[in-house]
Amino acid sequence: MDRYRGNSQAIADLVKGHAVHRDVYVDREIFELEMEQLFPNCWVYIGHESQLKNTGDFITSKIGNQPVLASRHRDGQVYVLHNRCPHKGVKIASEPCGNTGKFFRCPYHAWSFKTDGSLLAIPLKKGYEGTGFDTDQAARGLTRIENVKIYRGLIFVRLAQEGLSFEEFFGDALSTIDNMADRSPEGELEVISQPIRYMHTCNWKMLVENQTDTCHPMVAHESSAGTAVNVWEREKDNFSETPMAVQLYAPFMSPYEFYEGAGIRVWPNGHGHTGVSGSIHQDYEDVDGYQAMMTEAYGKERAAEILGDIRHNTIYFPNIMVKGPVGILRNFIPLGVDKTLVESWVFRLKGAPDKLYERALMYNRFINAPTSIVGHDDLEMYERAQEGLHSNGNEWVNLRRLWEDDEPEETTEVVNGTSERQMRNQFYAWRKFMVQNMDQAVEAAE
Amino acid sequence: MNRDDLIDFVYDEAATIDQMRWDDWLALFHKDGRYWMPLEWQQEDPILQPSLMYEDRLLLTVRVERLAGERTFSQKPKSRCHHLMERPRILSMGEDGGVHKLRTSFIYTETRGDLLERYSGWVSHELVEVDGTLQIKLKRINLINFDAPFSNIQLFI
Repeated sequence: MDRYRGNSQAIADLVKGHAVHRDVYVDREIFELEMEQLFPNCWVYIGHESQLKNTGDFITSKIGNQPVLASRHRDGQVYVLHNRCPHKGVKIASEPCGNTGKFFRCPYHAWSFKTDGSLLAIPLKKGYEGTGFDTDQAARGLTRIENVKIYRGLIFVRLAQEGLSFEEFFGDALSTIDNMADRSPEGELEVISQPIRYMHTCNWKMLVENQTDTCHPMVAHESSAGTAVNVWEREKDNFSETPMAVQLYAPFMSPYEFYEGAGIRVWPNGHGHTGVSGSIHQDYEDVDGYQAMMTEAYGKERAAEILGDIRHNTIYFPNIMVKGPVGILRNFIPLGVDKTLVESWVFRLKGAPDKLYERALMYNRFINAPTSIVGHDDLEMYERAQEGLHSNGNEWVNLRRLWEDDEPEETTEVVNGTSERQMRNQFYAWRKFMVQNMDQAVEAAE
Repeated sequence: MNRDDLIDFVYDEAATIDQMRWDDWLALFHKDGRYWMPLEWQQEDPILQPSLMYEDRLLLTVRVERLAGERTFSQKPKSRCHHLMERPRILSMGEDGGVHKLRTSFIYTETRGDLLERYSGWVSHELVEVDGTLQIKLKRINLINFDAPFSNIQLFI
């Protein structure tokens, strides 16, 4: 029997603020409801406009369990479509990206579609005459997703017809995307390389939470960043300058006091970021010529403001993290209750020196790759949690750090940087978007 | 150096990894040696194209020391590995500035606890002679499925 489907109270009861029930990580029905409710109700990232430069360019992605396809039509617009032939359901595009030319053609029966999704042609069309096909949903071609927003090149989609507008959903949180794009002297980002992909046998939310967990680096990463610092202390006399690698690794070993002071900012709808007044990205060496380029582009004051914003990790609820000062976006794609595909993308700042792109690529392989020793530390913890949560010794996950009884749920505020406030913030949003439209859906079904 | 010396070097290098003789393995690298695992097909640039790994001796030393760390939780239990290799093909014998180039087809297996993962591809060696001894200038690993979403790869291919 379903415990949670159609029972918004049972779902709401899983989130107590200072604790969440383990079912949010291990229960299959909850996972199915996340796919059916949570993801469609939210604005979800599917890719970057620079991946769709030319007419006919396409990318594929998933929102929850829904396969989607975005393509550049000859009118210059990007259309986001359900990646499913209206005939027998075959996926139209099977590759992560490519160029389809003037039209998409289903490989099964050669139904073909324009790059805006509309039906172009069907073989033996006269067989449909007099069948009422013209009024069939299939006659309209690939189902188009109406709620699409491209913001500074990032493509977001909301599957549900009804819901918060893009601006209402993200609000001030968009400032991180703005800062990342403004770091380009031309104000634009582009994707020119494949993401690093990393398979995690754990629930997707563990990864998202870990992005604002500042109490684990000095513990879990003692093995990787700690060893890197020790080896450097021993070897540094053999070097004339500090390698970029050491600059990237060492700040992970910052003490609790550093993270406490750095602060966390929360926004409504589950968004938030670490590194308000300080971050592990603040002390990277200047890149030759970059400062001058930025001053030229924006003026001295504005350039200093952009480069002085060194936010650590920004969560865009539900499932992406943006690292503005480095130019990295991580997409935590849920595949199953205990299976998550992580795609880590690097943006190139248009017009900026190559050195910045080199550093972002290096950061990505050091921290976000299946070959990353830092990643090994984290994944080990997630996998142990995914197993440990089945213990009947305690059904609750503790999120009480710096919790207050009357914690406001839909607010913007800056708190102590070691708080679990942002994780709780995500769960308030999780509860909200899980049950939004749920009761209406049940009523409609009855 | 004759052909057998070069071929033996490639097999012996894999053996130091399989036997987890990490210090001996690091010692095989030239002081400017690199270990490279590209992420793109026929990748040419390790700097401005994404890689899974591109590491010098300092970074490889970090990895090796980490494996033995008391608080290296992803190595409790420890990983083990095995290389199965075809006979290395010698592509050049020092014609190119004293660099010997070899290419070897492999199947690599890494195991930890009850899990076993298998990877295959080609490894390229660029070897130089220093004081009569061969050293690795570049070890490049081209996985056949370089773009797949792997779980942890903790040791060395």
